[in-house]
Amino acid sequence: MVGTAAFLSFAAKPDTGDTAWVLAASALVLLMTPGLAFFYGGMVRGKNVLNMLMMNFITMGLIGVVWVIAGYTLAFGDGGPIIGDFGHFKLDHTEGLTGTIPTAAFIMFQAMFAIITPALFTGAIADRIKFGPFIAIVVIWSLAVYSPIAHWVWQANGWLFKLGAEDFAGGTVVHANAGAAGLALAIVLGKRKGWPKEPMRPHNLPFVLLGAGLLWFGWFGFNAGSALGANGTAATAFLTTSTATSAAMLGWVLVEKIRDGHPTTLGAASGAVAGLVAITPACAFVSPLGSIVLGLIAGSVCALATSLKFRFGYDDALDVVGVHLVGGVLGALLIGFLGNSKTGVGVDGLLYGGGFSLLGKQAAAVGSTVAYSFVATLVIAYVVKAAFKGLRVSEETEIEGLDINLHAETAYESFGGSGLRSSASSSTTPKADAEVSA
Amino acid sequence: MKIVVGIVKPHKLDEVKAALEAFGVQGLTVSEASGYGRQRGHTEVYRGAEYTVDLVPKVRIEVLVDDADAADVVEVIVKSAQTGRIGDGKVWTVPVDDVVRVRTGEHGVDAL
Repeated sequence: MVGTAAFLSFAAKPDTGDTAWVLAASALVLLMTPGLAFFYGGMVRGKNVLNMLMMNFITMGLIGVVWVIAGYTLAFGDGGPIIGDFGHFKLDHTEGLTGTIPTAAFIMFQAMFAIITPALFTGAIADRIKFGPFIAIVVIWSLAVYSPIAHWVWQANGWLFKLGAEDFAGGTVVHANAGAAGLALAIVLGKRKGWPKEPMRPHNLPFVLLGAGLLWFGWFGFNAGSALGANGTAATAFLTTSTATSAAMLGWVLVEKIRDGHPTTLGAASGAVAGLVAITPACAFVSPLGSIVLGLIAGSVCALATSLKFRFGYDDALDVVGVHLVGGVLGALLIGFLGNSKTGVGVDGLLYGGGFSLLGKQAAAVGSTVAYSFVATLVIAYVVKAAFKGLRVSEETEIEGLDINLHAETAYESFGGSGLRSSASSSTTPKADAEVSA
Repeated sequence: MKIVVGIVKPHKLDEVKAALEAFGVQGLTVSEASGYGRQRGHTEVYRGAEYTVDLVPKVRIEVLVDDADAADVVEVIVKSAQTGRIGDGKVWTVPVDDVVRVRTGEHGVDAL
């Protein structure tokens, strides 16, 4: 992401090509959240799939409003080095340009990032959180954690922006941030009942692959759209996003074949997502060859990182830490090695003769983001826990399933539906019909 | 009268059905089932974590027959469902007191 305030322009007309691309990219990024819903939804058990889909969908509703009212101005208002001001509160003046595109287009593009970031940590809290506290956490977290970190890294007054740390599309702001938050929430919530002794295997792997496909598709908007224009940088980001993701999938599946004996569909989907995560901060700053190296490293390291939760005993249900925290941190740090000034917008990293300077800045960005996100999320989680008298659903609800108890719905006829549907035939008359016949 | 119950591998259902039809069986009931026998379950690996799946998917076939046909029907199911590998399933018979055809109210052998 290029610093926005520095590019504020008062030219009368937006660039039509740039505007068209950013509008299209915004729609692509929005699609990532339903994609994520299916990626995660397929991984949970059948009795909780609707709750997982709902947590992701409701985040589109919540942040779609909260971002426009307050999130945007806290992130992209001029403010100081730490947080934006209320200059754009309520967005009652959206005319004007940001760079070469209408500010309204920039606000929408950024809204999609703000939506998917808290959606990412739903994977860490799967199968056990009450719905009300979840909503409170998402809203508070977006304003108190996401907006400030986006300001640090992407707003021209932000302290990490001024330091010269590079994060093209959100390796730190989105992925390391969501991963650290997921870890904090998983720790405060505690383990799912029965984990890790009871098998909690994915109930629908085709959903997982469908979701991964939608994520990959939308991610081109996420990364190439972050050029905020239809230009060479967007094309570079598009290319490296493709190569790194492909290489990461190969890396993950190779680790599985060697370690477990079989290449799995879940591994292919997870590897692709790990590659997408890792290339996100680096996509405009590395060469195509560099992106393949980055992808292979990310895919194989993340495949190994998913076993950390068993070693340390935190129940990060769907591996938000192993994929997003590890992948985001890896991608941001690897810029320090693989950064290539020939890309036109990047700086040379260690392997291209740039010395340790860039690597140091990347480490500072990663360290501060992860530390702030982890600590602030812990605080938010404990405050919400106190306010709602607990974050977790009751034990009966957890056993019987969140779908039927939190949403009064079931996804499937039998498995996961607890059979509660079978005796409902007498009460299925639509209310309107009943009134007519009466 | 007897009811013949067979638990077989799901992919053998079509063969069993065809064999029973060829034998002359007029009707049967099929339901999805899961369970384990001596084979126990199997192991699946997700993101490197191994899970033992205790209950294996099976198909349960039920056929109501006259006492005289029971042994033959069992034989037909066993032959058509057999792969020779572990997990082929089981077939057994249970005595039945009475059978009623719902449409006509006929009882006993007439209702078969």
